[in-house]
Amino acid sequence: MIEIQNLSKRYGDLIAVDDLSLHVEAGELLVLLGGSGSGKTTTLKMVNRLIEPTAGRVMIDGQDVGGIAPYELRRGIGYVFQRVGLFPHMTVGENIAISLTLLGWPPPRIRDRVAELLELVELSPGVSADRRPSDLSGGQQQRVGVARGLAAAPHVMLLDEPFGALDPLTRDRLQQSFLRIRKQLELTAIFVTHDMAEALLVGDRIGIMRDGKLIQIGTPRDLLRSPADDYVRQLIETPMRQAQVVDALLEDTSS
Amino acid sequence: MIEQLELLPGYLTAHLQLTLFALLIGTLVSVPAGVLITRHRWLEQPVLGVASVIQTIPSLALLALMVPALAALGFRSIGFFPAFIGLVLYSVLPILRNTVAGLNGVDEALVEAARGVGMTPGQRLRRVELPLAMPVILAGIRTSTVWTVGVATLSTPVGAPSLGNYIFSGLQTRNLVAVLVGCIAAAALALVLDGLVWALGAAVLRRRQGWTRAVLATIALLYLFTGATLVAELRTSNTDQVVVGAKTFTEQYILSEIMSAHIGTVTGAPTRILSSLGSTVAFDALRADEIDVYVDYSGTVWATLMQRHTTATNRAEVLAGVRKFLHDEHGIELVGSLGFENAYALAMPRAQAKALGVTRISDLTAPAATLTIGGDYEFFGRPEWKAIESAYQLQFDEQRMMDSSLMYQAAGSGQVDVISAFSTDGRISAYDLLVLDDELGAIPPYDAIILAGPRLVRERPDVIAALRQLTGTIDADHMRQMNRAVDQDGAGVTSVAEQFLREIRD
Ligand SMILES: Nc1ncnc2c1ncn2[C@@H]1O[C@H](COP(=O)(O)OP(=O)(O)O)[C@@H](O)[C@H]1O
Ligand SMILES: [Mg+2]
Repeated sequence: MIEIQNLSKRYGDLIAVDDLSLHVEAGELLVLLGGSGSGKTTTLKMVNRLIEPTAGRVMIDGQDVGGIAPYELRRGIGYVFQRVGLFPHMTVGENIAISLTLLGWPPPRIRDRVAELLELVELSPGVSADRRPSDLSGGQQQRVGVARGLAAAPHVMLLDEPFGALDPLTRDRLQQSFLRIRKQLELTAIFVTHDMAEALLVGDRIGIMRDGKLIQIGTPRDLLRSPADDYVRQLIETPMRQAQVVDALLEDTSS
Repeated sequence: MIEQLELLPGYLTAHLQLTLFALLIGTLVSVPAGVLITRHRWLEQPVLGVASVIQTIPSLALLALMVPALAALGFRSIGFFPAFIGLVLYSVLPILRNTVAGLNGVDEALVEAARGVGMTPGQRLRRVELPLAMPVILAGIRTSTVWTVGVATLSTPVGAPSLGNYIFSGLQTRNLVAVLVGCIAAAALALVLDGLVWALGAAVLRRRQGWTRAVLATIALLYLFTGATLVAELRTSNTDQVVVGAKTFTEQYILSEIMSAHIGTVTGAPTRILSSLGSTVAFDALRADEIDVYVDYSGTVWATLMQRHTTATNRAEVLAGVRKFLHDEHGIELVGSLGFENAYALAMPRAQAKALGVTRISDLTAPAATLTIGGDYEFFGRPEWKAIESAYQLQFDEQRMMDSSLMYQAAGSGQVDVISAFSTDGRISAYDLLVLDDELGAIPPYDAIILAGPRLVRERPDVIAALRQLTGTIDADHMRQMNRAVDQDGAGVTSVAEQFLREIRD
């Protein structure tokens, strides 16, 4: 369970995250949604202390993360980066296994786990563990990124626009894979995106951010029924309207 | 050629000792320093600044400066150590700069990913940053390797034998074969070492474990072999071996061979020649007992070390003054005069002298304004030149410094008009030069004198006695003839020395 209490981050005069509080239940997937610069990444990075907050705190399973050595904290949290960040000098297998190596797992166990993960993210068969990341397509690389985040079976996953840079078809396939994986593993996760359709697809609840503030948080149904303001309404109605336009077009051509 | 190639194993080993260990220490210093700089940004400018300044010091000067620096600190100041330390300093910049550039060039996103997966700062450095910067760092090591091999040829004048011995003595004795052998060997060595570093990098980057091991093993063997020879040499260098020094010109090479062979035959003491020493290096080395004996010239001691500017043209008076000074101030004994003078003298092509009506230095006062004078590196800075200039009111149109081995040829071919010749040099007659009369006695006498260091004087009276036997055995004609045999006729230094010793024993 993740509990964020009155979290703020300032850069000089700029307030990147402004007094943000929320909680994520065990097994729940919370989406943080907002435009570029709204403070999503900053919030996410304060959870695993890639960024230190100016004020407020984050608790994971009742423990203040500020009291855990950063590297130990991060080994227990899977992180999937906006810019994949695979290590180019390591093989796919070594990338996936990096946190296991750091945790000191014996090599045979690592090998088995890597095989399992390659299967989980649907890379195997087809992509062998000793390929280089540079040999893979963008979608395959992001699958490796997800596998790396999942490797140590973390209690918490943080995903920062994991499918943001992919073409729509690839993104759709990865979203489907991800939905299956999170059901299978019952992940507790915060998933950042700027795409409402994606948010509706993967999120149990959605938190909407603007200018560093959390302006509304709730289930997709909550947001649709009682949007906090026009901004939220627009955000959530846009994909609906687009879907309706598409539906209408399809009906026109079929009749 | 064969004679030159026989010297190769020794010079090559010495060269390897210098370069391999300088590079090793240079790398061990530079890579951590580079890492430190990238962790503490404020260090970057000062550290890189200092390294760059060191790099701009001409390499010959950098090595030569190590001699007084080490002496001031009370360490062995000639031979392996000054050259080694100079080379280490010289090797630092390319490696340091590339380490910093390589680490700075690592993608921020990857550094963050390394933190994100839970690496400690040390793990991040070892597992991500250094491996990613490795190609750039290796490129720096390769640059440094090539530079260091090249600069190590300049170790010779500070008393560390190297492939530079071929080049220095070859240029002085006009032995182009020796110069070529030295240059080719140095170039080949640079290529081989550079190739090894390249191969290591390629094997590591492509993850060929077999190859990596093979290259590492080759490098390790090279270090083991070179290290073993170095240790062996440093161990034995303090035995009862008599070390004979020589400065960088033909006469000195011949005289050192003569003294070395003579000491060997008469006393049976093992001897070693350390040749091509810089002029002040030789004296400092003698004073510090790092060489035991060499030949210097009374006027040089008189003018340069004793700073006497008064013209004392009396040979005996200068000799007596020099003997007392060396003994009292430095514990050095003037064993005896060899019997000839090798003076600085002004010389010019005979035909030109005739045309201008010049026979004495004073005849130059008027025409000097249209003439060019050439001198060796030391000459224009020496007190003798100041004395000549003021005594004869000389104002030359141009002063040109050049290597003493090229000076005579420059005068012979009319590229300079007057040169600061050495009076025993065989090339004076070879290029038909006229030595001008110093009728005012501005130039002191330059008796060739055997100087023995404090330790030799204390511990080896037998060697001193043997050296004393050489007193008065060489007159100026004889010396000139021997110099000429080497410089013009291509005779070997050793054989000229042997022939001389045979003659005086008969
Ligand atoms: N290191 C930093 N220094 C200064 N400003 C920053 C820094 N990191 C982020 N910001 C600013 O904080 C705000 C929120 O950034 P971010 O959390 O990355 O937004 P998002 O991920 O929602 O696009 C932006 O205005 C951004 O410019
Ligand atoms: Mg972001």
